[in-house]
Order: sequence, then C-alpha cells, then structure tokens
Amino acid sequence: MKIMKIAISIGIIAAVASCTDRSLMDMSRQGASDPSGNGLGGTGASDSIRQGALDGYEESSPEYFSNSIGDRIYFLVDESTINTDAAAILSMQASWLVANPGYTALIEGHADERGTREYNLALGARRASAVREYLVSQGVPDSRLQTVTYGKERPLAVCSNESCWSQNRRAVTAISLMPSS
Amino acid sequence: MRLLRISANFMLAISAFCFGFADDAFAQSGPLKIDITTGVIEPLPLAAPGFIAENAESAQFAEALSSVVVADLVGTQLFREIPKEAHISDVTNIDSPPQYIDWKAINAEILIIGSVLLDEDNSLEVKFRLFDVRAERPLGDGVRFKAGSGVWRRIAHKVADAVYSRVTGETGFFDTRVAFISESGPKNDRTKRLAIMDYDGANLRYLTRGDEIVIAPRFSPDESQLIFTSYETGSPRVLLINIETGGIRPLVDLQADEMAFAPRFSPDGRKVIFSLTRSGNTDIYETDIDTRVTRRLTESAAIDTAPSYGEDGNWIAFESDRNGTQQLYIKNLAGGEARRISQGEGRYGTPVWSPRGDYVAFTNQRAGRFHIGVMRLDGSEERLLSSSFLDEGPTWAPNGRVLMFFRETPGEFGGPELYSVDLTGRNLRKVVIPLLASDTPGNRFASDPAWGPLRN
Repeated sequence: MKIMKIAISIGIIAAVASCTDRSLMDMSRQGASDPSGNGLGGTGASDSIRQGALDGYEESSPEYFSNSIGDRIYFLVDESTINTDAAAILSMQASWLVANPGYTALIEGHADERGTREYNLALGARRASAVREYLVSQGVPDSRLQTVTYGKERPLAVCSNESCWSQNRRAVTAISLMPSS
Repeated sequence: MRLLRISANFMLAISAFCFGFADDAFAQSGPLKIDITTGVIEPLPLAAPGFIAENAESAQFAEALSSVVVADLVGTQLFREIPKEAHISDVTNIDSPPQYIDWKAINAEILIIGSVLLDEDNSLEVKFRLFDVRAERPLGDGVRFKAGSGVWRRIAHKVADAVYSRVTGETGFFDTRVAFISESGPKNDRTKRLAIMDYDGANLRYLTRGDEIVIAPRFSPDESQLIFTSYETGSPRVLLINIETGGIRPLVDLQADEMAFAPRFSPDGRKVIFSLTRSGNTDIYETDIDTRVTRRLTESAAIDTAPSYGEDGNWIAFESDRNGTQQLYIKNLAGGEARRISQGEGRYGTPVWSPRGDYVAFTNQRAGRFHIGVMRLDGSEERLLSSSFLDEGPTWAPNGRVLMFFRETPGEFGGPELYSVDLTGRNLRKVVIPLLASDTPGNRFASDPAWGPLRN
C-alpha cells in the first residue's frame, strides 16, 4: 500500500506541476566524457547534479488511470469491504471517470485460491459489486459501469502463500473508450 | 463429426444376452459376497486366464479385453489377480466346466473365463462366465455381448461391471464416462477446455477449443448433454452442449449485469438448478429447460451457491454464508426454511447428493487444509475421506460407493489432478489421463470432474 501511495503521489506531482524542464538532464557530462579517464568525477560547476521530472502521463490517458491513480484495490480474506486505502484509490478513479465521460469501466472481482470455485465466483462478484457501488456513490453514472467475476480463475501472483494471495484478492477497474457515439 | 456418429451408433448396438449351462439354467448368487460398506477388506484372489480368441483376428482384442476387465476389478482393491504364470489349467472352451481343483490349488476364489470372436463385419462377440471356485459352481449365468469392435473397451467394462455386481451386490461403475476441465499453460493464464473420457482415462476428447474459460461440466441423466459455465461472452453464463454433435446453446438469457454458474440437472433431466448473481448478490434459481421458465429458490443477501438436487428432485442441498461462514444447507422445494446440516469445524462447500440418497459429499476447509468428506442428510456421521493443500469438487460414481474429486498442488508449477476414493476412505487413487497425440507439449492438469451415469 505504501508503494502504491508513493506512486500515486509522484503521478500527481508529475501531472499537476507544469514542468518547464521536460528532459532528464545529463547528470555528469564532464565526468562521463572525461578524456583522461583517470578519475571518478572531476571538478567544476558542471559536476552539479541536476534533476528534472519525467514527462507525466496525460491526465486523461488510460495509462494515467491505470498507473498513476491505480486500477486495482485489495481485500482481506473472504471480505468485500472497501478499506480506507482502497477508498482513496476508488475516489480518484471516480473523479477520473467523471472527468472523462468517454470511458466505461468493467470491474473485475477476483479471489485467492483458498476457497472453492463456486464460492469464489460469488465472492468475486460481491467484490466487484462493492467497487461499483462505491464509484456510483462518488458520482459515476451506473450505466457506464459493468461487473464481472473471475473467482480464482485468473490469479495475478502464482505462489501459494499469503504474499501472493493478498495480491489476488482484488478488484480491477478496466476502462475502455466508449464506442464512437 | 461423422466418425463420432458412427461410434455412437456402435454404442447403441451393444446387446447383451444371458446364457447358462444346460443343467444350471438359473442364476444364483452363491455364498461368495464382498460387503464393501464396512472396514478393511482382504482383496479376493481372482484368476482371469486371457480370453479365448475364436479366430486369429480376435487375438489382439481378446488380450486387450481381458486386461481391461482385470484392471477395472483390481483397481477397486476388492480383488487381486493371481499371476497367469501360476495358472495350472488352460481354458480353451468357454462352454466346458472348469477344472475347479486346478483353480483351488492356486487359491483362486473367483474365476473369469471369456471368449472373443471378431466377425467379418467388424463386430465383436464377447462371452464370459464367472465361477465361485470354492463352491465349485457358476456365479450367475454366462453373458454374451455383441457390438462394433470400436467399443471393445466398453464391452470389457460391462464384463467387469457384471463381475463387480455379482460379487458385491452393488451396481457397477466401470462402463461410465467422466466429464472434466482439462487445464494447460501457466497458472496465471490457464487454458481450460471441456473434456470427456472413459472413467479410466481412455478415449479422451475435447469439446471446446480453449478460447474461453470453462467451468464444472455436469451430465444430463440420459448422458446426451453436459451443462457447464462458460466465459464465451466475457462473463460467466450457463451453456448446454450436446456431447455427440457438439451443438451449444445457452440455458437462459442474462441481463447485462447478471452472471450464472454452478448448474446441475434435475434427476428427471427436465430442469436445471444454478446460481445467478445480480447486483453482486448470488442466489439459487431453477429453470425448466423446455419452457425456459425460471424461478428463484433462495432469497438472501448471502452467497447461496453450488446447489445439488436430491435423488427424488424434491430437495436440494446448497452452500450459503448466511450465518457468517460458508456452510451446507438442505431445503424442500415445496417450501419451508433451509436447514443447516454442516456442524463440524471450518467452512463447507460444494454439497453433492449421493445418487443413492444416503449421503451428501462436500469440500471442507479447516486449519489451512482442504478435505473431501461425506455426511448423512442430518449432518451426522461426518467422515473426511481425504486431506491436502487443496482437495475440491467431489462427484459420485453412479453406484454411490466411489467418489472422484480434484487435488491441486501448490505453487507456481502446481496444478490440479483427478483422484478417486471409496466412500469408506480406502483406495485413494490418481486418475491417469493420457495425452493425445494432438496435445501441445507441456504440463496437463485436470479439474472439476463429473462422473456420468452407467451407460446402457
């Protein structure tokens, strides 16, 4: 979750700040091209390290939605409750969907492998539905949302311990451009 | 398809006749009997000289047939074969009484003799007789089967079914098929195909190509159709497939946000019970196949799924988390509240009513492990039959005495395989499924077995 939050923050900074410096600067031109090749770095003003932001994704791009906001949230064992971390992501998803009315979203609900097949299908449906309800509560028109359950049919992580199972208990919001209207 | 139809016709053409010795015209059960319902059983010593080939062309069938018969019987662990090298007598004529003294001398208790004749029209005539060696008399009448040579394995299974039935008093289960899901490819992107094979893994064939996820096929009572769950449209829904023609149709039309899964036929084959998810809530529904009239059977905010009819079609068993965790319930379709029957530790799912009506089989999850188990309809006499990282999805042999299920091994390269186990918990065995020549290399797994009815 921590990593996710950092990623989101960077994404927001990158997108919100209007970057004047749009290229990553050469960090040590002098050192790199030192013809004498006799040392790790020389002297002089050009040795200072300069830093700039990479181009951010266009805020309205699907990549921004998937990578900067985050297209998935996670659940506890046998639960479909939206926790606070998940709610923060879903709120941003909702804002994005409201701001980009040309997109629909298919919400996939998934379960880990520690349950029977039919139950996990039903559990995945419950998770997808919980996400849908949250997005609708944040102003996304219900008509633009669909849900599907995959149960334990499509795990993301393939090991058989909690480090993988926790990644597989998820709901993924997959957006796509509406057919031309 | 043409080949399939031809083989189907051959299947229909298996005909059986009883025949006895002139002086012993009545079938008799004899004193020999295995009670398979209790305790540890000492396997019965069985002598099965190779079936007699009535002409040169029959030789390969004779040998193959008798080895399938023996494999069926020995596979139950109710019988053990006395090696042919130990045999004293040769059997050259199916109609001459056996030299009992020679079979007694090697401690045989059961003697099976048979003959095979391949006709010019490529049909097989198979005869067999069964003897109770200690009592020195036939165990029932001899039987003659006639069918196309393409179904020789089925004839062998019918011989074995007759032997099993005469010795145990129970119906056999060898001339049956199993539908299942064949799995290949990496764990996070499995290719799943609907597949069907003989109960022993022979005659495997695929019914779908693997373009979409398919789940949990179940046989119609007449064995002509399977009902299963498919993601063909991107979302789970229930489809019917005709096994011989491959024709597919949806059971019901779904609304945009509905999903359907976990279907099973009613015992009369006219209805299907399944789970339908609407707005994230899963309940149980029943659809009349002909009229497509659908009615809702449960109304709870909980997950109600994995329904299974009782053998009379008036009761259902299903699982629900209405009281907090996944548990088993039964309900009378005429009305009344569902009654919880699972009382043990952990979570219970996938209840399957025995074809005999005496037990419900289930998957139980406790203390981090999965088990296949059985219990009475009131929840008593619970017995766990297996235990592993993941055992799931029991299905009954048509005689209600053996179960099949799938066992999945953990980890990135783990996967499910089919196993069978007796109702008593004995004889846990992996079902070996040979690869087809057309199969791509790589691992091959199997899940979601459904044991079909005894074939006609």
